Amino acid sequence: MTEVTGTTWNVYDANTLTQAEIYGRVLCDLAEADPRIVALTADLAKSTKIGVFQEKFPHRVFNVGIAEQNLFGIAAGMARSGLLPFVSTMSAFASMRALEQVRTDICYQNLDVKIIATHGGVSFGQAGTTHHCTEDIAIQRSLANMTLIVPADGWETANAVRASVKHPGPVYIRLGRGFEPTHYENDEYGFELGKAVTISEDTDITVIACGVAVYHAAEAAKLLKDQDGISVRVLDMHTIKPIDEEAILKAVLETRRILCVEEHNVVGGLGSAVADVIAASGKGCAFAKSGLPDCYSEVGYPEDLYSHYCIDGDGIVGLVRELLHREFEADEDWEDEF
Amino acid sequence: MPLSAEEIRKLQDKARQLRCDMVDVTVWAGGAHIGGSLSMADVLTALYYHYLDVRPDEPGWPERDRFVLSKGHGGLGHSCVLADKGYFDKELLKEFNHFKSPFGMHLDGNKVRGVDASTGSLGHGLSMALGMALGARFQKQTWRTYCMLGDGECDEGSVWEAAMAASHFKADTLTAFVDRNHMMIDGLTEDVMSLEPLADKWAAFGWKVLQIDGHDFAQIGEAIEGAQATQGAPTVIICDTVKGKGVDFMEAQVKWHYGSIDSELAGKAKASIMGGAS
Repeated sequence: MTEVTGTTWNVYDANTLTQAEIYGRVLCDLAEADPRIVALTADLAKSTKIGVFQEKFPHRVFNVGIAEQNLFGIAAGMARSGLLPFVSTMSAFASMRALEQVRTDICYQNLDVKIIATHGGVSFGQAGTTHHCTEDIAIQRSLANMTLIVPADGWETANAVRASVKHPGPVYIRLGRGFEPTHYENDEYGFELGKAVTISEDTDITVIACGVAVYHAAEAAKLLKDQDGISVRVLDMHTIKPIDEEAILKAVLETRRILCVEEHNVVGGLGSAVADVIAASGKGCAFAKSGLPDCYSEVGYPEDLYSHYCIDGDGIVGLVRELLHREFEADEDWEDEF
Repeated sequence: MPLSAEEIRKLQDKARQLRCDMVDVTVWAGGAHIGGSLSMADVLTALYYHYLDVRPDEPGWPERDRFVLSKGHGGLGHSCVLADKGYFDKELLKEFNHFKSPFGMHLDGNKVRGVDASTGSLGHGLSMALGMALGARFQKQTWRTYCMLGDGECDEGSVWEAAMAASHFKADTLTAFVDRNHMMIDGLTEDVMSLEPLADKWAAFGWKVLQIDGHDFAQIGEAIEGAQATQGAPTVIICDTVKGKGVDFMEAQVKWHYGSIDSELAGKAKASIMGGAS
């Protein structure tokens, strides 16, 4: 295969394209250089935006109809025969309908299959709970061999898709649906798989976010600085597995207050992954998780749902103010131990 | 070319030996899926000792034919064949099912040489085999993919997702076998969940369908060669078989889906198998 360097990339405008549209375009670039790449979907070529790939490489697209179990089984067989399948479908179907195929056929065999899970969280809000997926982070991070990425926006989606090709083994990339606001201005901010992006180095409190919550956390941080004079560290924890333990522990040490925000059930998601790291460190800190409070999601436009579940800027501002006043026990000598 | 009388005689001898190996491993393992391993033994013998183009000393040879044991609980039978073919030392099978052995009841393709797909959960293998067949076509390779399904396994909806897609994609290098031994854990297939008319179902999904006696090497050979010659559609060979075939006290007994035997019973089993020698 031909190594593609950053300079040859087309740069796509993440302000006018959805995450999935960017995925389709980046995949085209990758496929130019790597003849192993094929794209699979289950009657969602349009919804998962691989149309541009289909136009360019019609013989490299396999649409299996509405049959997600078969979709992932075929991908496993293709990977076993030397291809590099990118499989796109809605996250609800990738994570639940076809979970056993993802687990047994792909992860257990440790195959090079990249899963592009669109419509994550409540991003297809109006469609109702059947088409939401607020469980997939918990599900996917429990699968051995799986790498799990939740990009903040379109720029990060491009980086994640490119990184997945260089990373052997199964990768699950969770995208939204529509025109979620973009946080980054371009794709050149030092994305590295498994390393959180530190958006601000501040020290009063840390907000750890993934997906669309990164944009809202950054907005909340600006507002809190302007209105309250509070300095909020924001970490874009795009890779949830393997998680960046170093960035988490540094945040615990330097800010001692951690708020996790995600478009997901608070059970088992980003917040739980962060809590695992903190608990194992033995360090005390004030800690809170924001997301869906272990319930099925309401119907509505995504922005209304983000507001309802405190995933948006105003919600995060309120949670930060609350967490700043929470008492906690800190070890007297903990700085020495780090 | 049809199998000659001499070739058939050799395959019959090999199948008897392999059945005896399966009995031995069942003793070592403390229990195994002996019934379904014995029922598919003749088809596996025909494949591995005549039709499959594989290299036991180079299991990852990219151009090899593929074999996916979708009825993964037949791992006992498959591992005996692979050991005999030289993929690994037969002595390793003495640890079948034991702590940290690479050999569990359902074989792990990342641990056992010669296993093209890890299987065990039913209804997964045909999709993976289809992916391999499509992978061959995409890479302009001529190797063929074979997949062994259980008949009870055909209750799984995912089998039919794969069946529909294989015919849609005209995957004519894909050949499926259904080990039609008429039994599953809870009883007869037709009592638990009717499969018939099974051949009509596969035909309706666009497959070329062949029905044979799955213990008759002449018919097995003719069917495999018929599948190889078929263009534009995948082929399914529905093999009428007997669960526990070759061991008189196991034949057509639901209870021998999975069982354990001691060395005394193993002696009787092997005597029964060899008693069938002509």
